[in-house]
Amino acid sequence: MSWQPPALPPGALARLAAARVLILGLGGLGGHVALLLVRSGVGQLVLVDGDRVEASNLSRQPYFSSQVGWWKTEAMATLLRQIRPHIGLTLVPRYAAPADLPSLAQGCGCVVEAVDGAETKAGLVEAALREGYAVVSASGIGGLGGTLAVRRLGRLVVVGDETTPCAGGTPPLAPRVTAAAALQADAALAFILQPPEGQWAGDQHKRAGQCG
Amino acid sequence: MQVTINGQQREVLDGMTLVQMVDSLGLIGMPMVAEVNGEIVPREAWGTFVLPSGARIELVRFVGGG
Repeated sequence: MSWQPPALPPGALARLAAARVLILGLGGLGGHVALLLVRSGVGQLVLVDGDRVEASNLSRQPYFSSQVGWWKTEAMATLLRQIRPHIGLTLVPRYAAPADLPSLAQGCGCVVEAVDGAETKAGLVEAALREGYAVVSASGIGGLGGTLAVRRLGRLVVVGDETTPCAGGTPPLAPRVTAAAALQADAALAFILQPPEGQWAGDQHKRAGQCG
Repeated sequence: MQVTINGQQREVLDGMTLVQMVDSLGLIGMPMVAEVNGEIVPREAWGTFVLPSGARIELVRFVGGG
């Protein structure tokens, strides 16, 4: 038995298959984004995270107890290859810094920011936008209840209310974090399949035949 | 002069820099990304970036959680 693509027109499937997406962080957000993009037919992922799987992650991140102690990049690659054995993966088991962004994002049409720290988020998003990439970020996804905001600013989509941290009385909880990840994955697919007007890095890479 | 900040019109002083505007909103020091008229303004340039009249400013605030 093998994976079969979603019910999209052949042109859209070809675009997805040619697409390369950078995912910064493989926790409750990035881990689920990776799974959803692979299921949806994205051809290549660059996975960046310097953490190992910890028991405390299992409350909301898509890993299994047998994977505690593994690099998250390796643990995620194992899960993704159970869905699509031949998925194109580049694993980077270290923390992403804004200065690394240009080399990490090479050939990518879309950057998914899914790291934990607020300062790091801001630095990575700014660096990716400056490089001309379409960026999907998340900010303010702690707690439970209510709707999840999605703000669209040209080449940047932000999921969350930009106010409620995953801390204190509003911890990260699996339903809301996973819902935010699904909205991030949806936005990334939209960037690939329905790119916004104007010049952005995805267009240049498409012209070079590298990705969608 | 008038500017629009996250969709809301505001009156600010002529010649105001981006960092002065962020300070006036009580947001100085918070992790943020700023876009003016659709262009990203790098953090290190906020102090010298003078807001043009009618500027459309988008401030994106980042809080922790991933």
